Amino acid sequence: MQTVLRWGRSLFVALALPVVLVTLWWVLSAGSTNYYSPPLQTILTTFGEVWFGPRLVDDVLPSVTRLVIGYAGAVVLGVGLGILLGANRTLRRLTEPVLEFFRAIPPPALIPILFLFAGIGDTAKIIVIVFGAIWPVLLNTVEGVRAVDEVLSDTSRSYGVSGWARMRHLVLPSASPQIIAGMRQALSISIILMVISELFGSFNGLGFAIIQFQRSFAIPEMWSGILLLGILGFVMSLLFALFERRSLRWYHGLRRSQRGEK
Amino acid sequence: MSDPTATPTGRTALLDVAKVQKTYTGQGRTVEAVRDLTFSVGNGELVCIVGPSGAGKTTLLKVIAGLLEPTSGTVTLDGTQVTGPPPSMAVVFQEYGRSLFPWMTVEQNVELPLKQKKMAKERRAELVRDALEAVGLAEAHSAYPWQLSGGMQQRVAIARAVAYQPQVLLMDEPFAAVDAQTRADLEDLIRSLWHKLGVTILFVTHDIDESVYLGERVLVLSSSPTVIMEDLTIDLPDERNQLDTRSSPRFAELRHHVYEQIQLAKHRRGGEPAPAGATGASAATTPA
Repeated sequence: MQTVLRWGRSLFVALALPVVLVTLWWVLSAGSTNYYSPPLQTILTTFGEVWFGPRLVDDVLPSVTRLVIGYAGAVVLGVGLGILLGANRTLRRLTEPVLEFFRAIPPPALIPILFLFAGIGDTAKIIVIVFGAIWPVLLNTVEGVRAVDEVLSDTSRSYGVSGWARMRHLVLPSASPQIIAGMRQALSISIILMVISELFGSFNGLGFAIIQFQRSFAIPEMWSGILLLGILGFVMSLLFALFERRSLRWYHGLRRSQRGEK
Repeated sequence: MSDPTATPTGRTALLDVAKVQKTYTGQGRTVEAVRDLTFSVGNGELVCIVGPSGAGKTTLLKVIAGLLEPTSGTVTLDGTQVTGPPPSMAVVFQEYGRSLFPWMTVEQNVELPLKQKKMAKERRAELVRDALEAVGLAEAHSAYPWQLSGGMQQRVAIARAVAYQPQVLLMDEPFAAVDAQTRADLEDLIRSLWHKLGVTILFVTHDIDESVYLGERVLVLSSSPTVIMEDLTIDLPDERNQLDTRSSPRFAELRHHVYEQIQLAKHRRGGEPAPAGATGASAATTPA
């Protein structure tokens, strides 16, 4: 009974504000005659019509595919390079200025150049996502790898845990809290870049659809696309939170015990 | 004592530390942590190393463990010179909270080194179970280290060392961070494991009582740069317990003696000559 009550409470806390906001939107826009801000009811009706049709395959799927590939690429490259740089002082010092330079370039600025070289297909869009999202992963991995505890490192050495086993059982898990923090930032950057890369020179995708609706004055459709992007981002971060809770269960437990909680 | 490879307790030497010196160099200054250490640990012996704080005890232990290269001198284990961590040596560190992998359960922590030895799964499971049982943690196998008390965490670290089946067990002030009662329990655990397994133990501590209570021999170190001030044989009965042993007159004498040596050590560095009357001192008196 206690747990049910607690669950009910936290569910209420989580949903209260969204419900209020949606209700407000619904009520305030109900009689709207403004062409650019149609009633929420209209937007929702359009939402079903637009997105549960061919556009699911034609626009949503390509977007999500590019997002997943780009994000995965950023994570794999970021962690891989991060381990390399984190473990090698010389390499780190050698590459630092160059990396700082590239990091300073806003990824959308690369789009025109990339489109020249890689065309306006999926490849260029994926590269844009990778290029923008790799930085938080890379830099956090470098820091995480460098911060491996000295005693744990000595322990591993004395028990013959070396090479790949050291990477797998010591370095990666020990850096994982930082790596995952970087991955969380990279996820939101990926979603932003997914949309931006579709705003120019594109045949499909969510960003493309939204800009197309806007240009053809299909305003409720445009709104519904923005709504869908919000939902997509929300679901992604929910999935990520689940992943984080699973993989960092030890870390949160450790932190709690260090703070003297149970 | 005609056999040059025998230790004061008459055992054949398993671990030989010869003329080990360690100097740290960094940023324009050099620090000589360990000046000249020579001693042997016999097969199956339990030797305690005690010294004032800052005596380079940890440095010495890391050199023996193959984790740190000596500036000069050699460490030989069973006839082979130590150049890296030898597979027949296990180390228990003082900071149990930092020597267990917090992302692994107790069982996984104990098992990991065995996996590196390419041991069959059944054999691993058996060793893990036995080791956890030996330290009294059979029930805690699926817990995470941070869910356990400090004393229990150190037991896990001991179990990991035991399961590794080393010839030599090195312990670096393993009980310095646990409370007094837990410490007494763990000391008795070490004595009983030593009896049961016949393993050679080199136990570093700053606690004089602990060194006398545990050891068959106590090596007293000087202040840094470190030399050995005394190699003392502890002639207490083999069966020891916290109550009787610690209240016996002989224990008090030995403790008194080691305490005196440590007081001397605090004021004496490796380069200075031994004061008259220091018993059995093997201190190097090479001029600085």
